[in-house]
Amino acid sequence: MTTLHSSRRTALARGYRRTEPYRFLSPTIILMLVLMALPIGLVVSYSIYDNVITNRNPSLVGLENYIKILSDPTFTIAIGNTVFFTVGSVAVHLVLGLGFAMLLNSPLISAWVRGIFRVIFILPWLFTVAIIAVLWRMLLSPNGVINYLLVTLGLPAQQLEWLSDPQLALWAVTFINIWAGYPFFMISLLAGLQGIPADLYEAATVDGASPWQRFIHVTLPQLRPIIISMMLLDLIWTSQQFALIWMTTGGGPITATEMLSTYTYKLAFSRYEFALASTSAVLILAMSMVLAYFYARHQKARD
Amino acid sequence: MTHYTVRRRLTRLAVIVGLLAGAAFAGLPILWMLSSSFKANPEIFAYPPQLVTPGFSLDAYVSILTDPVKIRFFINSYVVALSVVALTLLVAIHAAYAFSRFEFRGKRWLSTIIISVQAVPPITLLIPYFGLVVSLGLYNTYPGLILTYMVFTLPYAIIMMTGYFNTLPRELDEAVRVDGAGSMTALWRVLVPVSVPGIVSVGVYTFMIAWNEYLFALTLTRTEDMRTVPIGIQLLMGQHSYQWNEMMAMSILGSIPVLLLFLFFQRYFIGGLASGAVKS
Repeated sequence: MTTLHSSRRTALARGYRRTEPYRFLSPTIILMLVLMALPIGLVVSYSIYDNVITNRNPSLVGLENYIKILSDPTFTIAIGNTVFFTVGSVAVHLVLGLGFAMLLNSPLISAWVRGIFRVIFILPWLFTVAIIAVLWRMLLSPNGVINYLLVTLGLPAQQLEWLSDPQLALWAVTFINIWAGYPFFMISLLAGLQGIPADLYEAATVDGASPWQRFIHVTLPQLRPIIISMMLLDLIWTSQQFALIWMTTGGGPITATEMLSTYTYKLAFSRYEFALASTSAVLILAMSMVLAYFYARHQKARD
Repeated sequence: MTHYTVRRRLTRLAVIVGLLAGAAFAGLPILWMLSSSFKANPEIFAYPPQLVTPGFSLDAYVSILTDPVKIRFFINSYVVALSVVALTLLVAIHAAYAFSRFEFRGKRWLSTIIISVQAVPPITLLIPYFGLVVSLGLYNTYPGLILTYMVFTLPYAIIMMTGYFNTLPRELDEAVRVDGAGSMTALWRVLVPVSVPGIVSVGVYTFMIAWNEYLFALTLTRTEDMRTVPIGIQLLMGQHSYQWNEMMAMSILGSIPVLLLFLFFQRYFIGGLASGAVKS
C-alpha cells in the first residue's frame, strides 16, 4: 500500500517535472499562437475569399485575388521601388556604418572624444520614424535649409521640390532612410572591430602590409559574418518600411515612391479591399520568409 | 620631425575631419529641429536661414504642454509603452528561464519559430489584427494596442534574456533547488536579482519599440483621446496649416524619454544590442 502510494507520488512528481519547462513557456506559447499562428492563418484565408471584414458572407474565389494583384501594374512598380529603396539603403548603411565604426575605433583619438562622437553618430537612430519624417519634410521643403545649402554651394540653379518631384522623391526617401538607419550597422560593426585580435594586425604589419591591405585581408574577413547578418536583417526590415514613406510622400507623387507596404495599406484602409490587401500581404510575407530563411541558415552556420 | 610622425599627424587629422563630417551629417538635422522648436513660425523658412533668431521663444512648448489633447498623446504613449515593458518582461523572463535551464522536447523548434517571427512583416499582421481587434471589441482601446505590440517585443526580449541567463552559472539557481525550493523560487529569488543589467537593457529596448510604433497605433485607434505621440505629431501636421515650430517642439518632447533612457543605460544597452546582433 505504502509502496503503491509512494510510486504513484514519484510518478506524479516526474510528470510535474516533465511539464515544468512548458509551464514556464505557456504564456509565450499562447501569445505566439494568438498573435502569430492565428493571424497568419487568417490572412491566408482572407486572400482566397472575394471580400472579407466588410462583407458578411464572403465567397471562396481561390487564386483569383492573386491573379489580380500580380497583374496590377502598380504592384510591379511597388516591387521596383521597394527593391531600389531597400538595396540603396542597405548598401549605404553598410558603407557609412563601417566608415563611422572605423573612425570611432581609431587608436589616435582619446576615449572621451570617442564617447562624444559615438553618441552623436547614434542620435538619428534614437528618433522615431514619425519624427524623422516630419523633420525631413521641413529640411527638404522647397524653402528649406537643404535647398539653401545646395544653392549656396552653387549646386542646383533652382529650388528643388525633393518630396513632390517624381524624379527626386524616391532618391529623397531613400536618403532619409539611410540617415535614419546606419547607426544600427555602426554599433554592431564597432563591436565586431573591437573583437578582432590585435596580433592579427601586428602580424600583417610585420609582413609589410599597407593599411589598405590590412583592411582588405584582416578587417573585412574578420567582420564578414557580422556584415552578412546585418545586411540580411536590414534587407528584411527596410523592405517592410511603412511609416517613413507614409508620412513623407504617402507613396506619391502618383506612384513614384509607392512601396509594397504602402500599396497594401491603401488597398486595405483607403479602398477597403481587405481581400486584395491580404493577398498582397501574403505575397510580402512569402518574400520576407525567403530572406528570413537565408538569415536563419547563416546564423546556424555561425554557431 | 620624422617622416613617421608627419604621417601619423596627417592620419590623425584625417580621422578628426572624418569624425566632424560624420557629426555634421548626423547632428545638424537634429540641431535644426531643436532650433526650429524655439522659433516663431514665420522664421522657420526665413531666408537666409539662421540657427538662432531674434524671435527665440518657448511658445511652441507652452502651447503643447497646456493643450489637454496633446498632453493626452503623451499619457497614452506612457500607458501603452510601460504596460508593454512590464508584460513583455514578465513573459520573457519565464520563457528565457525555460530555454536557458531546461532540456525539453520541441526546444529547437520553438526557438526557431521565435527567431523567424522577427521577419514577419508588420503589414501582413495588420490586416488580420484589425479584424481580430474589432471582433474582440478591443478596437480603439489600450489592451488592443498593448497586446499587438507584444508580437514585436517578445521575440527579441526572449532571445536577449536567454542569452543573458546563459552567461550566469547554473550552480547559482540549482543550489537553491537542491535545498528543496521550487524552480519558481530559484528564478525570482536568485536569478532575477542578479540579472538586473540584462533586464534593464531588454526593458529599454522594449520601451523604445513600443514608444516609437506607428503603423498599429495609426490603424487600431480612431479617436484623438486614444492616439499616441507618433500619431499626434502627424495629426499636428494635418491641423492648422503647418505649425512647424509646434511639430518640432512635440518631436523634441516626444524623444526625451528615449534619449534619457539611452543616455543613462548606454553601456548595458549597446552591449546587449551589439551582442544580440553579433552572436544571437
